[in-house]
Amino acid sequence: MTFQLLGVNHKTAPVEVRERLAIPESRLPEALRRFMQHPGVEEGLILCTCNRVELLARTPNEGADLRGFLRDYWRVERSLVDPHLYEYREKDAIRHLFRVTSSLDSMVVGEAQILGQVKEAYATARAVGAVNSQMDQLLTRAFAVAKRVRTETAVGSSAVSVASVAVELAKKIFGALHGKQVYLVGAGKMTELAARHLLAHGASSIFVANRTYDRAVRLAQKFRGQAIEFSRLYETCDRADIIITSTGSPHAIFRREHGELFLSRRKNRPMFFIDIAVPRDVDPEINKLDGIFVYDMDDLQQAVASHVADRKTEAEKAEFIIDSEVERFQIRIQTLDIVPTIVSLQDHLETIRQAEMDRFRGRLGPLSPEQQLAIETLTRGIVNKIMHTPISTLKTAVRESEATTVVEIVRRLFNLGGTKKPGPGGEA
Amino acid sequence: MSILWLRVALGCYAVGLLYVLLALSRTTELLNRVALHAAYLGMVFHFVSLAEAFLESGQMASVHNAESVLGFLIMVVFLLVYLVYQTTSPGIVVFPLVFLLTFVAATGEAPFLLTSASMRTGWLFAHIALIFTGYAALVLSFGASLLYLVEERALKSKQSSGRLSRLPALEVIDEIGFRSLLLGFPFMTLGLLAGTVMAQSTFGRVDLLDPKILLSILMWAVYLILLYTRWSVGWRGRRAAYLVASAFGFALIAWAANYFSAMHRFARS
Repeated sequence: MTFQLLGVNHKTAPVEVRERLAIPESRLPEALRRFMQHPGVEEGLILCTCNRVELLARTPNEGADLRGFLRDYWRVERSLVDPHLYEYREKDAIRHLFRVTSSLDSMVVGEAQILGQVKEAYATARAVGAVNSQMDQLLTRAFAVAKRVRTETAVGSSAVSVASVAVELAKKIFGALHGKQVYLVGAGKMTELAARHLLAHGASSIFVANRTYDRAVRLAQKFRGQAIEFSRLYETCDRADIIITSTGSPHAIFRREHGELFLSRRKNRPMFFIDIAVPRDVDPEINKLDGIFVYDMDDLQQAVASHVADRKTEAEKAEFIIDSEVERFQIRIQTLDIVPTIVSLQDHLETIRQAEMDRFRGRLGPLSPEQQLAIETLTRGIVNKIMHTPISTLKTAVRESEATTVVEIVRRLFNLGGTKKPGPGGEA
Repeated sequence: MSILWLRVALGCYAVGLLYVLLALSRTTELLNRVALHAAYLGMVFHFVSLAEAFLESGQMASVHNAESVLGFLIMVVFLLVYLVYQTTSPGIVVFPLVFLLTFVAATGEAPFLLTSASMRTGWLFAHIALIFTGYAALVLSFGASLLYLVEERALKSKQSSGRLSRLPALEVIDEIGFRSLLLGFPFMTLGLLAGTVMAQSTFGRVDLLDPKILLSILMWAVYLILLYTRWSVGWRGRRAAYLVASAFGFALIAWAANYFSAMHRFARS
């Protein structure tokens, strides 16, 4: 038994190839059924997101021709997809799945969406019956690993877009954003986006001031906020905790004296200026006032860049977790794998013993119950002694990643039949 | 026995101290939890130690050791803050201080004992307990204002990520500091009043020039100014931190003034 994975992702294939291989959600169950009929596929899962298409299968040791299925199902030329495909087996397939689920293989490392997408693919495969025994364990483990990576490293914790960095900073200053007032100065696309983020995180109301009053009104309506005449900007600004500016003004519109005025009116409660205008709307001098925090476009972008770098170092820690988890899972799955072999070995020898006992029963003549028992004990003892070494060798082999070889040898030596479906009893 | 329990408590606080040292480089949830449990455990032993000392001597005012009581009360306030705000960040200031206080108490010589029978009254007990609670709140507020400064600087210099990212939000720290102050003030005031009443009844006068009394009054005045500026103009951040620091400084000197004060010079037993 082995796991096998075949796929393309955003790193190996351009979007033209990925969209060629995409399967709409509605057709996924049917595709899975077809996949299950493919020779050698014992369990299967198809993961299809905008960044990747992957086939994962449990196959016999000699493997299955997953590339063949790919070509048949999508009817694509070998030359079109082959250069973009990656294929993994056993340990590498497990590792790849763990990395994908933990979002280490994503375009934006650490994004949270992928875990949900794998879970959906798993649910679909379960519903179809394509995943039942070992694959089930593999996927359940993958979800646990993803959770471990998320809690033990900070790979998904920092914001990696300008708007989310702004929200993060606002939270750093104000704690919960509930009840905080947001003031938009200038009605541009970026201010709107940032405002949307802040509102989504609990900020309460919005004021909009714009040189063209109409646009202010329109934007204010969108958020059920309040439009304010630009001339009344300075008298109203102190109401806001968070001010997002993006006017086209060639000079700073908020200077130090404004900041002092706001602070005294607000009894020094902190204020957060997010200046996304270039040239800047807020004089950097204001940042020197106690209680006012100014972030301009450069600062925000720098924060994004440093967060991306942070995620990289966290991802390295995550790789260690993945390594140890792959190791653990392999041992577990191989232990499961040797159990049927041990059982058939025991059955095999027991059958021989019984047969030999029956054969010699006639020659021994009538036996007293004590003698009967003695012979039973004797023969059983011999069999157990003989079996002891192979079984303990099998058990230790599991930990040394040569289990498959040893299992194969034992099966061949005792003529226990193929490894594919080891039923109890084997060949007697 | 009491000293033994105190030393066990000291061991637990040492874990907290270790947490602080590690927290300067990195913090994980696990570390937080370990430190917190160590703190709980330390407090239990600490309480046992205090209770036993109290029962042994059988008198209200025979406080086993002043440092020990103060350390315990600071931990109580720290825990209250944790219960309300779910943050162990003030621990960065609290743990080293409590460790130091407990260390002095656990290794110091025989405890201060009040020998004069006339002083073993409820008033004295109230005086000490109230003022110590006030001190504890002040210590926490001081810790919070230090954290405020650190975080404010990080936000201003635009380096909010990294090791600071686990501190609570600026406004939350501010609230912790302010609430501790609010909580501490009535205790401090009542404690001083109790002292006055006692001094009047024992000595018939209050010696305002006694170093400890003078310093305590100064501290109280700074405390009052702090609350007033906060209430009227909302001073916080740097200015508030300076005020808290000076109140804390006066409190420290007042604490040390035991050795120079006529009224508070306790005989060693």
